[in-house]
Amino acid sequence: MIKEIALIIVSLVFVNNFVLAKFLGLCPFLGVSQKTSSAFGMGAAVTFVMTLASAITWILYNYILLPGDMNIVGMVFPSVGETGLIEVLKTISYILIIATLVQLLEMMLRKMVPALYDSLGVYLPLITTNCAVLGVALLNTTDSPQHLGFIEATVQGFGGGIGFTVAILLMSGIRERLVLINIPKPLQGLPIAFICTGLMALAFFGFSGMVK
Amino acid sequence: MSEQSNWKEFSKGLFKYNALFVLVLGICPSLAVTTSLKNGISMGGAATFVLISSNFIVSIIRPYVPREIRIPCFIVVIAAFVTIVELMMKAYLPTELNASLGIFIPLIVVNCIILYRAESFAYKNKPFVSILDGAGIGLGWTLSLCLVSGIREVLGAGTLFGLKLSKHYEPASVMIMAPGAFIVLGLLMGFFNWRKLQKKEKSMMVYKKDD
Repeated sequence: MIKEIALIIVSLVFVNNFVLAKFLGLCPFLGVSQKTSSAFGMGAAVTFVMTLASAITWILYNYILLPGDMNIVGMVFPSVGETGLIEVLKTISYILIIATLVQLLEMMLRKMVPALYDSLGVYLPLITTNCAVLGVALLNTTDSPQHLGFIEATVQGFGGGIGFTVAILLMSGIRERLVLINIPKPLQGLPIAFICTGLMALAFFGFSGMVK
Repeated sequence: MSEQSNWKEFSKGLFKYNALFVLVLGICPSLAVTTSLKNGISMGGAATFVLISSNFIVSIIRPYVPREIRIPCFIVVIAAFVTIVELMMKAYLPTELNASLGIFIPLIVVNCIILYRAESFAYKNKPFVSILDGAGIGLGWTLSLCLVSGIREVLGAGTLFGLKLSKHYEPASVMIMAPGAFIVLGLLMGFFNWRKLQKKEKSMMVYKKDD
């Protein structure tokens, strides 16, 4: 079991990195990677939300959306148990869960860990519109090739978050040095950041085939 | 409102406020699905439909939505239209197209362009103008998706719209994989910046001559 979990994490950090291979979560990746300190804060917050979101959406998917005997709504309304709610409610319920989760996290952090809350600042509410969070929820449940267990789904969320943190930390290191370099004027700012990300993705390509 | 200003609301989205190259929004789908021109057009069409409909509904309900909870309200409206688009595409479009767009159709919900237009335009303007704005921004985004996906398909697969261009060209498959996407978008952005700088320089020269 531990071997499988380690394998999922390694594959999500190096081979199927959410940012560099699956193009998820690019907005915060480019928006918050100017400084290493804020990049680390963003990475930590995204990892936390992704882990919790994949755990909760897995429960929602298996016990409320999916048709079958496990469906809780189906116990009250038998017709829902036969058809399930997956087609119509998937997107809305996931995004509402993530938005609520981020709001809850914000309130909890403000009460319990004010130091972390201050350092995350405006990035915390922005996580709601981070497509990596909704992406991992969808990849764990509806768009997964096989049915994942609860632990696998949660680990996938955690691993995806770690992969995001690694990518954004590397990127912030590069961008802190880019400031000092003489770059042609039209390429300054975002264009050169995109090209650097492309080269990073190319480097991460070297890991492909290491884990299936 | 005069015809001219209506045209202005529509056309500003095409170039002046182009979503991808000027506002730099909605990057994730612009890179992920632009492996071929067909994917780019379908993604652009789906997002444009959601953008127009959500702009329309948001501008209708705006008197009844309190400022404090406007963002959750927008997200629910957008999610409803995304569900409609997803079900329609599953029903009427070929399965391989749906498979290649994958999770990026439901991910239109968190596409920043749509939330940005709802918040900064539709929440402050009348329904008709909001539809025009949505159509303009959506069309501008679709055009830039076509540009990126066309370049990537020609370089990476040697085809355009699935038709083979030349038998002498050996496709560089890195262009349709992740690194190619980043590099193509970076260079295109650089090109547009260069054009803008050149234009600015020219207008400065004219200004100096007048002096």
